[in-house]
Amino acid sequence: MKPVPVLVVALVPASLALAIAFGSVHLGAAQLTDALLGRGDEIAREIVWGVRAPRALAAFACGGLLALAGALLQVLLRNPLADPTILGVSGGAATGALAAMLLGVGAAGLNLAALAGASIAAGAVFAFSLGRSGWNPYRVLLTGVALASGFGALVGMMLSLAPSLQVQGMLFWLLGDLSPARDPSAALVVLAACAALAFSQSAALDVLILGEDKARSLGIAVKRLQTIAFGCATLATVAAVLLGGSIGFVGLVVPHLLRLSGVHRHALLLPLAACLGGSLLALADTLARTVAAPAELPVGVVTAMIGVPVLLFLLARLR
Amino acid sequence: MLKAEGLAISMGGRELVRAFDLSLAPGECWALLGPNGSGKTSLILALAGLRSPQAGTIALAGASLGTYPRSEVARRIAVLFQDEETDFWGSAFDYVMLGRYPRSKSAWGADEEGAAAAHRCLAELDLSDRAGQAYRTLSGGERQRARIAQVLVQDAEILLLDEPLQHLDLRHQAQVMQMLSRCAADGKSVLAALHEPGHAALHCGFSVLLYDAGRARLGRSSDMLTQANLEALYQCRLEPAGTRSFLPS
Repeated sequence: MKPVPVLVVALVPASLALAIAFGSVHLGAAQLTDALLGRGDEIAREIVWGVRAPRALAAFACGGLLALAGALLQVLLRNPLADPTILGVSGGAATGALAAMLLGVGAAGLNLAALAGASIAAGAVFAFSLGRSGWNPYRVLLTGVALASGFGALVGMMLSLAPSLQVQGMLFWLLGDLSPARDPSAALVVLAACAALAFSQSAALDVLILGEDKARSLGIAVKRLQTIAFGCATLATVAAVLLGGSIGFVGLVVPHLLRLSGVHRHALLLPLAACLGGSLLALADTLARTVAAPAELPVGVVTAMIGVPVLLFLLARLR
Repeated sequence: MLKAEGLAISMGGRELVRAFDLSLAPGECWALLGPNGSGKTSLILALAGLRSPQAGTIALAGASLGTYPRSEVARRIAVLFQDEETDFWGSAFDYVMLGRYPRSKSAWGADEEGAAAAHRCLAELDLSDRAGQAYRTLSGGERQRARIAQVLVQDAEILLLDEPLQHLDLRHQAQVMQMLSRCAADGKSVLAALHEPGHAALHCGFSVLLYDAGRARLGRSSDMLTQANLEALYQCRLEPAGTRSFLPS
C-alpha cells in the first residue's frame, strides 16, 4: 500500500476522536471513555453525544463536501485556483441568509432563504454557461465571479443597514461557522451521494484533463460528464454552505495537497479529498472551539489562517 | 474505411474545403500538405466527427459517422491533436495509458494488454527510461512522442494525426514516420498533416494538397509531390535541395 492513502484514511478516525476529546469543557480520559460507552455522568454523556459528536460530524461533512467540490471544479474549469466560492453559490446563500436574519425569521427560514439564494446563483451559472456543445469553462468562471461580486455588494448593503446587535451573527455566517450546526445527517447523506456519483465518473474525469476535444475523441460524452460533475460540485457546495456558511480554503487547498503528494487519478483523488477535507475541517473546528474557550472563533478564520500560508507555500513550489 | 464525399468546411467566414472527396482505405498512408491556414486541422477534426462540415457526408465502414455512438468511434478512429493544454500530474506511462480509455472502461481492472502495448510504444519511441517520470517535466519533443504513443495504444484502425512531427528532432521525425507507414502496412489507414514534403514522399503512398480558397488535389504521392505542384501549393519558388539537405534513411 502507498503511504499517502493510508495516512489520509487513518486521519479520519483520529481527527474525529480529537474533535470529541477536546472542547471548552475539560473531560478526563476516564470520563470520556465512560461517556462514549454511554455510562457515568449524564452531563459528560450529553457533551460527548449531544454536542461534540454531531459537531465533529458536521465539520467532517462540511469539509468533505467542500474538498470534493473543489477537486471537481479544478478539473472541470481546468484552473488550479478554482474552488467552491467561484460558483457564486456561497455568495447567493450568504445573501439569502443575511436577508433572513435582517427580517428576523427563525432558523428554518434562514436555511430556506440560504437555499433559495444558493439555488438562484447555481441556476444562473447553469443558464449562462451551458451551451449547445457543452459547458464553457470561461463562462462558468466569469458568471461565478460576476455573481459573487454582485452578492458581495448586497451583503455589504445588509451589513451596513443591520442593527449592531445582529452584525456579529452575520459576520460569523460570512466567515464560516459551525456552531449553529446541530444535525449533520443530511450533509453526510449528500456527501456520500456526491462522492459516489463523482467516483463513478472518475476514469472519464482523468481523460477530461486532456481537453474536451481529446476526451470526445476517446469516446466520452463530454457535455453529460460536465453536467454530472458540475451538478455534483454545486450540490456539495450548497450542502456545505447551508451547514457552515462560507468556509474558505478547504476546497482550494485540499485537492492540491493530494496532487502534490502524488495522488492524481480521480478514482483515488476524489474519495481521499473528501476524507482529508473532512478531517482537516474537524481539526480546524476543534481549534476554533478551544483556542479562545469559552469564546468560539468562526472556523473560517482558522481555515484561512492555515490555508493562506499553505497556499502560498504551494504556489512557491509550483513556480 | 473512412469516406468523405462533397465535404465543405468554412471557418471564420473563410472557405477552407469545397466539394472535397477522400477515402482512406485500410493499408493506405496519406500525407496532408498545405500552407498555414489552408484547413488541415479543420479537415482532420471534421473527419474525426468532432466538427460538423457545412456540407457533405462522412461515412465509416459504410454508415454515416454521426450514427455511431462516441465510444464506438473512439475504438475505430484515433486522433492526435495539434494543441494540448493539459495539467496532467501523472507519469509519462500514466499519460500514455489514458489512450486505453475506449478499450478498458473500468477504473480498477488491470489492463495488462494495454500496459504491455504502452511499454512497447514507449520503447519504440525511445521513452522507456522516461516512463516513470512526471509527464509535466518532459521536454516538448518527449511530450510529443508520449502523445503519439497515447494515440497508438488506442489501437484504432484509422489514425488521424495533426502535425505528428512538431517539436521532434530529425531522427525521431524519421522514426515516427516509419512507425506510421508500418501501421499502414499492418492494415490501418493513416492520415497525417505534415509540413515536410520529403517525409511525405518517403513514407506516404498518397498525398492531399490543400490550397487556399477551398481547392484541393489528391492522389499518389509520386504524382502529387512535383516541384510545380509544391511551388503552387506553398506560393514560392523551390529548388531541388540536392546534397545540401538531409533526411534520415
